[in-house]
Amino acid sequence: MWGYLLRRLFESALILLGITFVTFVLLYLVPADPARQIAGRSATAATVDNIRNQLGLNDPLVVQYWRYLTGLAQGDMGRSYLQRAEVSSLIASRLPASLLLMVSAIVTELIMGLTIGVVAALRRNRPVDHSLMIFSFVAISAPQFVIGILLLYVFAVQLGWFPIGGYGTFAHLVLPSITLGLLGAGWYSRMMRSSMIEVLNQDLVRTARAKGLSKLRIVAGHVMPNAILPIIAMIGIDIGLFMSGIVVVESVFGWPGIGQLAWQAIQRIDIPVIMGVTMVSATAIVLGNLIADLVAPLIDPRIKTK
Amino acid sequence: MNAALDPVVGPATRPRRSGAREVLRQLMRRPRAAFGMVIIAAMFLAALFAPWLMPADPFEQSFDGLDLMGGPLPPGGVYVLGTDLLGRDLASRLILGTRTSLIIGVLANGIAVLLGAGVGITAGYFGGWTATILMRFTDLMMAFPALLLAIVLAAIFQPSLLIVALVIAMVNWVQMSRVIYTETRSLTEREFIQVQRSIGSGPIRILFRHLLPHLLPSIIVFGTLGISTTVLLEATLSYLGVGVQPPMPSWGNIIFENQTYFSTAPWLVFFPGLLIVLLALAFNLVGDALRDILDPTLQGRH
Repeated sequence: MWGYLLRRLFESALILLGITFVTFVLLYLVPADPARQIAGRSATAATVDNIRNQLGLNDPLVVQYWRYLTGLAQGDMGRSYLQRAEVSSLIASRLPASLLLMVSAIVTELIMGLTIGVVAALRRNRPVDHSLMIFSFVAISAPQFVIGILLLYVFAVQLGWFPIGGYGTFAHLVLPSITLGLLGAGWYSRMMRSSMIEVLNQDLVRTARAKGLSKLRIVAGHVMPNAILPIIAMIGIDIGLFMSGIVVVESVFGWPGIGQLAWQAIQRIDIPVIMGVTMVSATAIVLGNLIADLVAPLIDPRIKTK
Repeated sequence: MNAALDPVVGPATRPRRSGAREVLRQLMRRPRAAFGMVIIAAMFLAALFAPWLMPADPFEQSFDGLDLMGGPLPPGGVYVLGTDLLGRDLASRLILGTRTSLIIGVLANGIAVLLGAGVGITAGYFGGWTATILMRFTDLMMAFPALLLAIVLAAIFQPSLLIVALVIAMVNWVQMSRVIYTETRSLTEREFIQVQRSIGSGPIRILFRHLLPHLLPSIIVFGTLGISTTVLLEATLSYLGVGVQPPMPSWGNIIFENQTYFSTAPWLVFFPGLLIVLLALAFNLVGDALRDILDPTLQGRH
């Protein structure tokens, strides 16, 4: 187990190193000239060149990459081209909002997904089951910006139950969480349904029934715990979906997290910020996958750690 | 000659393997899949016959296309689904947008399937260092925040239909390559492929005669589900303004162009949104049914 953990940690570090390289090269290829942007339209060629020298943009790609890596190793992600701030402090100021949204979305998707899955499995092949499964198919087929805008229209504009975007209170959190969590709810409900059906067909249910336990106790005490385990292992993998989702959801709802930061940085080609958010997201995804892989064998001993 | 050694053409033929017509028949027997097939067929017809179906010129900013305050017209009346904020006929733009979505969906997904299957088969068949390098690269791609990567790529190149399709393909091929890699790996260890190798059949022959027939079900299933992902990603990129560029209509960029009006003109978000959901849903329903029909052992999250 420890050897496996060490190997996976090493692999994860390699993947992150690879990502710094690919992202760096990609952003190097962006046709816009950051120095020209910083200097403004009316700046002379000399001023622009001066800024290019200051930022080290005239150095070869390899030198720039090495400087970035050594900085990163010391926790320095560089300075934003357009805002007078360190990238790391920009991200740190935005991260809590994104984390809050993601945790809230996980809670939302688990509650929705597990409830739908359990009800559908207990009413298998009945109309309730069919309608719930159609709902989960729609949930995985609907783009988040459409869900977000429609929720805003119905519950904020028409009904006035929630504020039209923004950040601060619990009411602000509800619609973005549902929007971000709906995709996962769709997946989890289908997984929970098949997982429940699998357990319902096992011997332990027949034994419990033979012991004379009530249906509620069988489902709540024996079936659900066994069915939920494989799903818990999937949560780590959700991070990847969230890291894409928050860019859209935060921009629809004006949520001041790293997704919005990334989107604003991309629009203004603020390369150090794009680089920083990409690295933070990739780290989160790699950690999520790592946790999922480490938790899986604990939950199901049949999965070998090779 | 060695037909008996291959479970596809030999006596050990899997009973579930069936022709395209049989698959289609089974699809149409399942209500959800049949619904999906009907939607897909309708969308293809709409895309194909768009010039004849569009009630008005989708690019023309009509004088009577805006109300007295200069706002878009609601559905009903001369313009069946209303007009957008520039006074253009929404129905016509949506019909032309069907083309955009399907062209990108099919093109991007086609590239992703070829690339993914190609990488997966190569890694699975040759194993060793080839597999290590290719699969480590897919690990790296999996760790990339997909949407950020797509946006950055789209920002580097000036987005055209082809570029948008390529960007989406670059983000979407990885899943396919992992699935095909695992399957090829286990197939090449089985006797009938080992026998082919030992009697000196070349890799190309083994690939087309013996590997592909077994890999085809997965390629079809994940290829179909992949179109849904592609349609959603195109819509999202276009909504963010880095996908298909106006005035060429795409369902995503129609919402992008009109979203500031969403509280007074919700139909400008509702109709294109509905079409995106319907198309993605259709491919998800058909892909899911294909998974049951073609290979009952393939289950769970893709």
